[in-house]
Amino acid sequence: MSVESITETSQYLTFKLHEEVFALDISKVREVLDFTSVAKVPRTPDFMLGVINLRGSVVPVVDVRLKFGMTGTQRSVNTCIIIVEIEIDGESTILGALVDSVQEVLDLDPNQIEPPPRIGTRLDTRFIKGMGKRESEFLIILDIDEVFSVRELASVGQTCEEPLLAATG
Amino acid sequence: MEFQIESQREIYRAEACELLSELETSLLALEEDPCDTEVIGRVFRALHTIKGSGAMAGFDDIASFTHDIENVFDLLRNNELCVTKTLVDLTLQAGDRIRSMLDVAEGEAAALAASATDITNALKQLIPTREEPAAKPPQTQRPEPEQQQEQKTFRIYFRPNPEIFSRGANPLLLFDELRQMGKCTVIAHTEAVPDLEELDPEECHFSWDVILTTNRGENGIRDVFIFVEDDCELEIKALDMPGLDENGIPPKRLGEILIERGLVSYEDLQKALGSQTRLGELLVARGVIEASMIESSLAEQEHLQAVRSKHLKEEQASSIRVRAEKLDTLVNLVGEMVTVQARLSQTAASIDHPELMSIAEEVEHLTAELRDNTLSIRMLPIGTTFTKFNRLVRDLSGELGKEILLTTDGGETELDKTVIERLNDPLVHLIRNCIDHGIEAPQTREAAGKPRQGTVRLSAMHSGASVLIRITDDGAGLASEAIRSKAIERGLISADAELSEKEIFSLIFAPGFSTAAKITSVSGRGVGMDVVKRSLDALRGSIDVSSRQGVGTTITLKLPLTLAIVDGLLVQVRDGRFVLPLSTVEECVELTREDVARAHGRHITRVRGEIVPYIRLRERFAINGERPEVEQIVITESAGGKVGLVVDKVIGEHQTVIKNIGKVFQNVDELSGATILGDGTVALIIDVHKLVQSVEMDQASIH
Repeated sequence: MSVESITETSQYLTFKLHEEVFALDISKVREVLDFTSVAKVPRTPDFMLGVINLRGSVVPVVDVRLKFGMTGTQRSVNTCIIIVEIEIDGESTILGALVDSVQEVLDLDPNQIEPPPRIGTRLDTRFIKGMGKRESEFLIILDIDEVFSVRELASVGQTCEEPLLAATG
Repeated sequence: MEFQIESQREIYRAEACELLSELETSLLALEEDPCDTEVIGRVFRALHTIKGSGAMAGFDDIASFTHDIENVFDLLRNNELCVTKTLVDLTLQAGDRIRSMLDVAEGEAAALAASATDITNALKQLIPTREEPAAKPPQTQRPEPEQQQEQKTFRIYFRPNPEIFSRGANPLLLFDELRQMGKCTVIAHTEAVPDLEELDPEECHFSWDVILTTNRGENGIRDVFIFVEDDCELEIKALDMPGLDENGIPPKRLGEILIERGLVSYEDLQKALGSQTRLGELLVARGVIEASMIESSLAEQEHLQAVRSKHLKEEQASSIRVRAEKLDTLVNLVGEMVTVQARLSQTAASIDHPELMSIAEEVEHLTAELRDNTLSIRMLPIGTTFTKFNRLVRDLSGELGKEILLTTDGGETELDKTVIERLNDPLVHLIRNCIDHGIEAPQTREAAGKPRQGTVRLSAMHSGASVLIRITDDGAGLASEAIRSKAIERGLISADAELSEKEIFSLIFAPGFSTAAKITSVSGRGVGMDVVKRSLDALRGSIDVSSRQGVGTTITLKLPLTLAIVDGLLVQVRDGRFVLPLSTVEECVELTREDVARAHGRHITRVRGEIVPYIRLRERFAINGERPEVEQIVITESAGGKVGLVVDKVIGEHQTVIKNIGKVFQNVDELSGATILGDGTVALIIDVHKLVQSVEMDQASIH
């Protein structure tokens, strides 16, 4: 999925991680929740925050800041969980993304979107669909399927930190 | 109209399939014990129903074909014929033929029926010739002789002699006996009981009216009272069943007719009825009759109505068929309901509002019942699947010239319906393998000093949150060397790989391995063990093989009870909460700082003289924070013996619906799912067995 695939005006949900504004194709978003208590699943990487109860279903939540190599999210009244519906392995899966705050829903024309720069975003370019221009600021439009792809999440459960072994040994 | 016929045929198909499996089971039982008249009766009834409903649903071919077979069994029932193996064989074939006739379209069914004459002819040959070819006019015209008498309702008035107790009789036991005979309503008359000061507790002042619906007839009832009859008043009277005529529609009441004719409005009628005193009350008021008499009569009325509506229900379908997806939705909804209910209870408790609390309690009660009922709809005993394999074993062993006995146990173990359905194919594969590759020919067995007859044992049992299904044979066992060399040949392992026996056995699940023919002295049937493995993976189950050459093979399938309610022990480590399946928990003991110090850093403790190793969940799950002064050890029992799990706090028992934690965590072996607690938070369910295993493996890799 690249910037060329964006041919018509679509709506994006914007959110903040630290000071930066990111955007997400709204068709992927199911709902936005306030932060609720999360049960950490043992032996998973730090960015896997854990699981929450979404009206009876157990839904995994990823701390997007940690996933992108930033410092962990500090909880505040604005902290939100964006529930997204993505495809993993051809199966539709519900996931939660923990973000600092949700901003707004906006329309972007294809001509307002540029391809991502190769360097300088401090992010893996695979995760970026394009750069949205709005007035003077830039939005990073995420390819959320890629962020939560099998390859990215497959590490879950395999990367159990070594110190654990020593402690039980 | 056409649609109706089609749906009727659909219903018949389903019904006939059930009857055919019943027929098969009975036939196999008959082969064991050819003289069991009850089983012969069962076969006959199954055939009869297949025939009867078949004709109704428009399957005339099936009806006429079944009719011929039925005739033969009619002779059996009348002891004019004996059960032979040929007969059972032929009838089994006939059953298969009916099954295929059910599946094909109409035109083809006729062709099949025509070709089925070979079976009927063969059957007819079995009939002794002293009679004209079995049973044309008299037998077929004869009404289906009921095995038992017709159901009738009786009113029994029983007034024992007051001294009945001193004669050692207990009327209550008599009633118990009556209750076993059928639906029974007992009304006691207590008017004759004297005031307390005059009461002799050793005398019986009661009399009873009993309304009983039974098929034993009056004599059957008299038999019950046989020992007290001379000494009491006993009146038995058969009652008519009102309104059991056509369609069971009760005769219209006056009011209904009046409304229908438009003479009176419904409201007027209700008003009029409201102002009317009930007949019973009227009579009592006039002193004509005692209140208890009225009660007794009312009870009789009720009883009759209950029996009638039951009759009606039985006549209508005794079961309905529902699409599985609908059930799934229901189960999901109930799951959410349970969660919400738990929150309600907790909120009510925290607000401390008595009225709200009592409502919450009621809701709790109802939800629990709702949940149990809903979940039980989906659970079926695995026994039905097991019995199907009798046929498979019988046919296959005949085909291969081997003598094999199939024994089953644990058939009552309940599993989710979908699991059972999807388990069928893998089990067929495995049993075929057992018979084909596992069990040796009778001569070979004798030469090896084993009994001629090989045994295949099929068993099911609960083990924690799983069901274990074992297929054990006493055959040749797996030749690990042969498997190994084959695997090297196919490039699955390197020639110098050091593999444990278990690892070698697991090679048979590699795709294409079994089709590679002659592993041992047996031929591959093209039945891939990899297919079995894949089906089990899809069910989130696992498979384990153990075998000793010359002694036999055991294949263990471990299946999760995906939808089962798990009774769990809720524990806490810092602020994380976990559920341990209660079935694995033995006991809880305390672990104090002194205990830890005494063990010199080793993770072992003593429980009543026994040394038990333990795992600290806090360390295993990398949960930071200070340990409490006194920790709790939950002693669990798993395959590897007793192991303690150290937690901060044991909260208590928790009944839970397992939620899948999804693909994202599929590599986290130690967890088997998650559950939602009363406060809406999530607790993780620990797979104790896997947890212990993974710790063992880690330790092994360190040392």
